[in-house]
Amino acid sequence: MRRFVLIAIPYVWLLALFLVPFLIVLKISLSDIALARPPYTPQLDFAAGWEGLKSFFSELDFENFTFLTTDDLYWKAYLSSLKIAAISTFLTLLVGYPVAYAMARAPEEWRPTLLMLVILPFWTSFLIRVYSWMGILSNEGVLNQVLLWLGIIDTPLHIMNTTTAVYIGVVYTYLPFMILPIYSALEKLDGSLLEAAEDLGCSRLEAFWLVTWPLSRNGIIAGCFLVFIPTIGEFVIPSLLGGSDTLMIGKVLWEEFFSNRDWPVASAVAVVLLLILIIPIILFQRNEQKQREAEG
Amino acid sequence: MKTSLLTFTATLALAAASAHAEEVRVYNWSDYIDESLLEKFEQETGIDLIYDVFDSNEVLETKMLAGGSGYDVVVPTGTFLQRQIAAGSFQKLDKSKLPNLENMWDVISERTSKYDPGNDYAINYMWGTTGLGVNVPKVQEILGEDAPIDSWDLVFKPENMEKLAACGVYFLDAPSEMIPAALKYIGEDPDSHDPDVIAKAEPVYMAIRPYIRKFHSSEYINALANGEICVAVGWSGDILQARDRAAEAENGVEVAYNAPKEGAQMWFDEMAIPVDAPNPDAAHKFLNFIMDPENMAAASNYVYYANGNKASQEFLAEDVIGDPAIYPSEEALNNLFTTTPYEPKVQRVVTRLWTKIKSGS
Repeated sequence: MRRFVLIAIPYVWLLALFLVPFLIVLKISLSDIALARPPYTPQLDFAAGWEGLKSFFSELDFENFTFLTTDDLYWKAYLSSLKIAAISTFLTLLVGYPVAYAMARAPEEWRPTLLMLVILPFWTSFLIRVYSWMGILSNEGVLNQVLLWLGIIDTPLHIMNTTTAVYIGVVYTYLPFMILPIYSALEKLDGSLLEAAEDLGCSRLEAFWLVTWPLSRNGIIAGCFLVFIPTIGEFVIPSLLGGSDTLMIGKVLWEEFFSNRDWPVASAVAVVLLLILIIPIILFQRNEQKQREAEG
Repeated sequence: MKTSLLTFTATLALAAASAHAEEVRVYNWSDYIDESLLEKFEQETGIDLIYDVFDSNEVLETKMLAGGSGYDVVVPTGTFLQRQIAAGSFQKLDKSKLPNLENMWDVISERTSKYDPGNDYAINYMWGTTGLGVNVPKVQEILGEDAPIDSWDLVFKPENMEKLAACGVYFLDAPSEMIPAALKYIGEDPDSHDPDVIAKAEPVYMAIRPYIRKFHSSEYINALANGEICVAVGWSGDILQARDRAAEAENGVEVAYNAPKEGAQMWFDEMAIPVDAPNPDAAHKFLNFIMDPENMAAASNYVYYANGNKASQEFLAEDVIGDPAIYPSEEALNNLFTTTPYEPKVQRVVTRLWTKIKSGS
């Protein structure tokens, strides 16, 4: 009985927090826009019983999904989101790996403090942190002021409201998600393996490439997925830091929902986004599982 | 642990108790009221006022269409109000609870009844125009003394925009106002609902798109005031607020507002009570409070927008009632145009066009 409960908990969790909301969105994506509250039909009428259910199903159609194929905006936005997410993930890895490496190589008594420093920014609201980047990057911002004062540039750099600012925001925001899994992989690394490699004639660089890198691969993969998956659907960072030409699916979804008041098409966009995300999510799960088996 | 649990329960009990006190939740535009009025309302009526802000009609409308927003008073613009009334979002005002209705100004009530026949669902809060906010010395330095700061030429002529780009130009992120402006500029009917006519706005924007720094509906107040940008296409009162902030900061920025001479859009922000408002009685009290001539004048004096309250005019500051940018002359009033809400199919065309313009492709 206890075992049954233990197994049931994650499924109930998944059902309540994923499946039920997903089915609601799916239902809206199959209905039609209307000038009403809420602005779509048909609505499932439980009071009408079986008849209500029948009329509900008879009015469902896939028109909103076919609509997505008629306008290249949606595909451009999906592709552009994938591209921005991929580049951001790469940049985050580039910054995050050395940090994680340095942390794992630091004297043992320092590590909890260093770990704390990585987590500390989470104590401030995410929105406030993005807003402070606006203060840093804007034309009159801190960065430009300092660079002008140092005489490195004579006209302010225009970073705010460009895709570059989005990359900076994403790398900053998701950096801890990259550092932590890599750190935990590197920390477990057996130092004697490196000594053995060097004894066998490896240079330090070769030892890193042949021993450390492959052994931290699981951490790298986990970190990359943790950055890549949420970045695709990111809305706050591109809308605050990005310019009008930063095309991301999160913004398109916002416009369908708010500007067009077309909840059905907005829901269809969301369902397709989920389908796109499912592939990396499954890959991520599989990687986790492999890792667990390898450890087990 | 036990004590903390106790305090927790005590806090909960307190929260529950205060929920019984009468309260009213108001959802208004950002930077849109003299906040001392909120305290005054609480003192006069003993009702707790919870004040919350938004910066786009779209956000408000989504909350209204979803229902259960929890707000008692909201402030949509006329065109949006009309559609939300049709969707059944608002309750009819109980005019017997609003004795101050007699203070309203027929010139404005007549125009707002286009959106809300008989003004049955809403009262006018503020009205204004959509036009050009200009950092005058900077723009004159770039375009010369005779820069067309009172004409749509300033922002729709590519050769002007090319020169202004480095200094910075913002546009409102509000397609239902920016598309009509472009149509007016090329001599089309700004209130056209014909997709073929609406499409004519696209080349106008595409020619100047590379020179527009950002589309945003609230950031331009600060950006204009601290000299970060030279030109903002925005709402009259917001730009006048930027003018005042710049003057206070004494940072050498000098902002002016002009409703373009070719014709500018006139809009009306209306206070209405959602159909599912938890405290409709308190909401009526708030509306009546706002329609008090002195209160309404205090709000206008603070935000630099004209209001639809005739009796308030004697309490208005000279730099408000006497400023033609806020209270235009009879003749200038005739030069302003209004628009009507788009049907869903046309709205989709407009939004799509706007996305295309914003993304520049």
